[in-house]
Amino acid sequence: MTIQELNKIAQQGADLINVRRIVREQAEKLAGNTGYRKQVLVCGGTGCTSSHSLKVIEQLEKSFKELGIDDILIVKTGCFGLCALGPIMIVYPEGAFYSQMTPEHAKTVCEKHLVKGGEVVKELLYKETVHADGSVIPFSEIPFYKHQMRIALRNCGVIAAESIDEAIAAGDYSALAKVLTEMTPDDVINEVLASGLRGRGGAGFPTGRKWAFAKASQGDIKYVCCNADEGDPGAFMDRSVLEGDPHCVLEAMTIAGYAIGAHQGYIYVRAEYPIAVDRLKIALKQAHEYGLLGKNILGSGFDFDIDIRLGAGAFVCGEETALMTSIEGHRGEPRPRPPFPAVKGLFEKPTILNNVETWANINPIITKGAKWFSSIGTEKSKGTKVFAVGGKINNVGLVEVPMGTTLNTIIYEIGGGIPGGKAFKAAQTGGPSGGCIPAKHIDIQMDFDNLVAIGSMMGSGGLIVMDEDTCMVDIAKFYLEFTADESCGKCTPCRIGTKRLLETLTKICDGKGEPEDLEKIKDIAEQMKSSSLCALGQSAPNPVLSAMEHFGDEYKGHIYDKTCAAGVCKSLLNYYIQPDVCKGCTLCKRNCPANAISGEVKSAHVIDTKKCIKCGQCIQHCRFNAIVKK
Amino acid sequence: MINLKINGIAVSVPEGSTILDAAKLAGIRIPTLCYLKDVQCVGSCRMCLVEATGARGLVAACVYPVSEGMEVRTNTPKVRKSRKTTVELILSTHKKKCLSCVRSMNCELQKLALEYNAEEDRFGTDHDLKPIDDLSASVVRDNSKCVMCTRCVAACDKQTIGAIGPKNRGYAKVIGSPYDVPLAVTSCVNCGQCVVACPVGALYEKSSVADVWGAIVDPTKHVVFFTAPSVRATLGEAFGLPVGTNVEGKMVTAIKQLGDIKCFDMDNTADLTIMEEATELLTRIQKGGKLPMFTSCCPGWIKFAEHYYPELLPNLSTCKSPQEMFSALLKTYYCEKNGIKPEDLYVVSVIPCTAKKFEVTRDELGHYTDAALTTRELAKMIKEAGIDFANIPDSEYDLPFGEASGAGAIFGATGGVMEAALRTAAYKLGGSGAPIEFKEVRGTQGVKEAEYKVGKATVKVAVASGLDNARKVIEAVKSGEKDYTFIEIMACPGGCINGGGQPYVHDEIRNNVDLKALRAQALYNYDKERKVRCSHDTPAVEILYKEFFGEPNSHKSHELLHTTYEKRPKY
Amino acid sequence: MTQNLFDGTAEQMNELLSCIEKHKGEKGALIPVLHEAQGIYGYLPVEVQTVIAEGLNIPLSEVYGVATFYSQFTLLPKGKHQISVCLGTACYVKGSDKVLEAIERELHISCGECTPDRMFSIDSCRCVGACGLAPVMIIDGEVYGRLTPADIKGILDKHLHD
Repeated sequence: MTIQELNKIAQQGADLINVRRIVREQAEKLAGNTGYRKQVLVCGGTGCTSSHSLKVIEQLEKSFKELGIDDILIVKTGCFGLCALGPIMIVYPEGAFYSQMTPEHAKTVCEKHLVKGGEVVKELLYKETVHADGSVIPFSEIPFYKHQMRIALRNCGVIAAESIDEAIAAGDYSALAKVLTEMTPDDVINEVLASGLRGRGGAGFPTGRKWAFAKASQGDIKYVCCNADEGDPGAFMDRSVLEGDPHCVLEAMTIAGYAIGAHQGYIYVRAEYPIAVDRLKIALKQAHEYGLLGKNILGSGFDFDIDIRLGAGAFVCGEETALMTSIEGHRGEPRPRPPFPAVKGLFEKPTILNNVETWANINPIITKGAKWFSSIGTEKSKGTKVFAVGGKINNVGLVEVPMGTTLNTIIYEIGGGIPGGKAFKAAQTGGPSGGCIPAKHIDIQMDFDNLVAIGSMMGSGGLIVMDEDTCMVDIAKFYLEFTADESCGKCTPCRIGTKRLLETLTKICDGKGEPEDLEKIKDIAEQMKSSSLCALGQSAPNPVLSAMEHFGDEYKGHIYDKTCAAGVCKSLLNYYIQPDVCKGCTLCKRNCPANAISGEVKSAHVIDTKKCIKCGQCIQHCRFNAIVKK
Repeated sequence: MINLKINGIAVSVPEGSTILDAAKLAGIRIPTLCYLKDVQCVGSCRMCLVEATGARGLVAACVYPVSEGMEVRTNTPKVRKSRKTTVELILSTHKKKCLSCVRSMNCELQKLALEYNAEEDRFGTDHDLKPIDDLSASVVRDNSKCVMCTRCVAACDKQTIGAIGPKNRGYAKVIGSPYDVPLAVTSCVNCGQCVVACPVGALYEKSSVADVWGAIVDPTKHVVFFTAPSVRATLGEAFGLPVGTNVEGKMVTAIKQLGDIKCFDMDNTADLTIMEEATELLTRIQKGGKLPMFTSCCPGWIKFAEHYYPELLPNLSTCKSPQEMFSALLKTYYCEKNGIKPEDLYVVSVIPCTAKKFEVTRDELGHYTDAALTTRELAKMIKEAGIDFANIPDSEYDLPFGEASGAGAIFGATGGVMEAALRTAAYKLGGSGAPIEFKEVRGTQGVKEAEYKVGKATVKVAVASGLDNARKVIEAVKSGEKDYTFIEIMACPGGCINGGGQPYVHDEIRNNVDLKALRAQALYNYDKERKVRCSHDTPAVEILYKEFFGEPNSHKSHELLHTTYEKRPKY
Repeated sequence: MTQNLFDGTAEQMNELLSCIEKHKGEKGALIPVLHEAQGIYGYLPVEVQTVIAEGLNIPLSEVYGVATFYSQFTLLPKGKHQISVCLGTACYVKGSDKVLEAIERELHISCGECTPDRMFSIDSCRCVGACGLAPVMIIDGEVYGRLTPADIKGILDKHLHD
């Protein structure tokens, strides 16, 4: 394919995409150019397909046939971000945002809205997009989207995830065309350097510097790798990019290949992401067919190819040297650095590795310029960051905000606050390698350095919100369980340290904690931080240390008073039925798997605490909130 | 050259050196555990951590490259605390049966624990013990003592066997054979390089000490010991003597002090091996037999060939190893001569090797050897008997098998068998003016080759030690790249002097001296001082042929001194 | 081990051999081959690992070391219905541990095990990316979200009778 051909595809599809991007009035005008009266976008990301969005698409197709609708385009996209409300469906040009769709809902929308002369079905719209007076506001103006700035996710939820033409129309490969025709490798690296882009995978190392090192390394063979082994349990932005806009990653890797002088790339992707893997495979095939990968790309004489390697379930493979060891076919154990991968990486050749979100920023940096990019964000953290917001929050999903956005904005404005009006207790960032941000720091401006300053870290952008019902000792134990399970076992401090830390935390949660345990935790933690071989071990104690720092009283409560204030640690609490509240409905008794509840119909029931296994089934079933843990 | 300072001491080292290399030059000791020269360098145990300018946090000296102007501190409170905690963490996983451990007083972990003042129970102790694998004839594994340094795995990988490896990850990681099958049923060749690599008591030889003591005190048994060529050069290390000290005389005295024991020299059957093997080689050359011919005295190599290169078994010399020739001789000729019933003779070989323990169990060899003791086990018996090894006088071997040539003695070093054979072949083809020393095949490098005009013929020979090198040579032969006539292979790098049954040498010494070269030198020095330096000149061997075998490769010698091989599965 | 006698078919073996042939000589072939082998057999018994070791000409210990390192590879056969409970952070905070306990109680086996009738096996996983539906579990590829322990019995019964 030539540059002219690429541009032609981009132009042909431009209006189709613009309808989905441009404000309503203009969109309606543009729609006329596209040949489609309307476009229906349905999320085909993991979140929405898990809540059966594909059945919604099936129903749409069926209803279209029945109703004779043939001038509406159905587009299966990547993630819109608001996963909690999936399946999500958006109708353009009006921008009607339907949430929690079912096939029945889809049928209704077809019959009432999508037919010629139909009108938006307000009852099925996401409630935030409907004013009290009944007027509908564009979804881009609702709090969830209003505060966001989508750079990495720019095409997610906008384009058909399996269409290279739509990707091109949305701007993918325009940066590659520019790089191959107008820029030298040094220009590319300087642009990335000037943008101030820092790696989005965890440590925040300046991307441009990494590239410059790799370029400076001598060697006939070099490699470009993409870390798509998103390991933080609770972060899923990389998956979202791969599912929604896989071409942007292929393009960026090719650009990096050109910049450092590499001709082969590898994408190391979690096998647990089947949709992302499929879309990557489709995208690779399409890019090959279009000559955007392979020999003589866009007639430039530059060759570049990419292979996919599936991870096999090891968090440590997110660490760069472990990832390379794994691609090489071995146990994913990290190697000491130096030598750094830029000097001696994959197959002992100079290698750069960036994660998916980092790659997703490359095209805008090249096309819009470093100056534009570096105008966004804070002094030392440029651009935006995608957070996977989860846990005790209403709008679970993906949000992309400028660096420096406050935690408060993310939780209360974008995230819609905490369910049930419960109190915010802390937010965990950086996953198992990060720490918690307590309520007193809720106004923190989220960027790389501020988070480190309060003992947490950006990590890959997982942001788990915890409320008053979350026990911070239990959460620390949860993360240690994770890191102990995921430690590769190569170096002593991490292999044994995670285990001993976990044992000590378990002991505390079981009510057997002793005062000296806190000292022991600190000793082991310090050893792991100072002496572990890789970042997994060095950062594994962070969740415990930061929880101890900010919630020391809770630890002491567990150890000295043998109480768990949040009512989580089973050994420290018992279940009781409040006799004055219990109506004697027998539901709890019938559902108790341990036969621990006794009582006659219409009289207060009693739990035998000796038999009770504290499974919580009774609380689940009680309709009168009569059962308490204390 | 790179200039840096370690604890304020300036040193210059070549580019690419590690901090550990530089510290060695500066005379500063940095403790190590997982690092082992020539075997493993992975930076995983975290004992060698130091502070270095330009690095975040502590760095592992064994893998961290030096840079210009770097300042390294090896003895700060932070460094000491880290090392102490590392040892304490390891101790929390370790079966601390130190008083009765085979490695007590000789254990690298014990040494580190003492040095860093580690509290042995600070982080508790694991109480669920892992099963002990003692089904192998050679090697016992007790994973409850394993410190996960993976030196054994690296040693096994270096041998290109990979009989053992890591299983699982994190705290659940264990080292062993796939599917937890006993080592005995794997392709382990019993070389014991894992044992000498182990810093603690997680690996040790299957002991025959109790059996041997039993025979010594049994009034019905005539006990005969014979010692392998290299044991004289290494036994002293177990008693604190410098590496490379020849203790033959003390060794004989000590053995005789263990009980009523006849003590012979295995160099003698090394000579016999040469007579048989040289004859076999010449026959193959003259009669068009399978060439190249491979030596067959190393039982590790034999099992390796059976597993990995069964197609080469016809190329192996059919000669038994010197150990098995000796035992066969003792149970026949010696018994006949001395009127001893073979079942009353208890034959003990003292060998530098764990594979010889397996060799003893091979049916096709006739079970003539009753027990094979490693150098380490002999040292243990000497200590148990309360013998003051360093101060006892020298004695001579008993006759008739105490007499041997220097050629037999150098069997213990890589290239020694080749040189011994060349001495005899050169004599047979070239007469009495033939050369004695063949220095091209000496030295510790893994592969050596040479070409000799022997009489009218040109003989191309190769010598390989270490199975990785053996593989290289074999592949070159198989591909037709090389056309050797005769190839010597020893499973252990450097040959028997570096065998799996040799005394444990602390990593600290092993990493700093050339163990293989020093030990080998002791043998070459010994050879040089011998009156008889060629196998064919050894009087006892001459008598043996005259009285018993007739001539080399005779029917009788085939019966007693030669053997067969069997193909074994790779997995 | 004896209860898990290897019962691979000739077709499976052919498939395995051609997979090995396809990847042989490729850099880092072992992990892709193990993925495909597990796809063929459902698990990685010693017989399969031995064929792979032989085919790729590497020690069995290396194959075994890799197979036991990664949590996706399993050495034991799984149940007809495979249950996987997400224990990622978002799900854990919303009580997926309670869901897992309920499943274990219902099936009388622990996580990582298979019922004696080979109908169900339970595993945990770390984030399937359906955090919006937390807590979630997957049975035979189908995602169940917003679970409470009380939902479990009904869902398992449905699968049992499928």
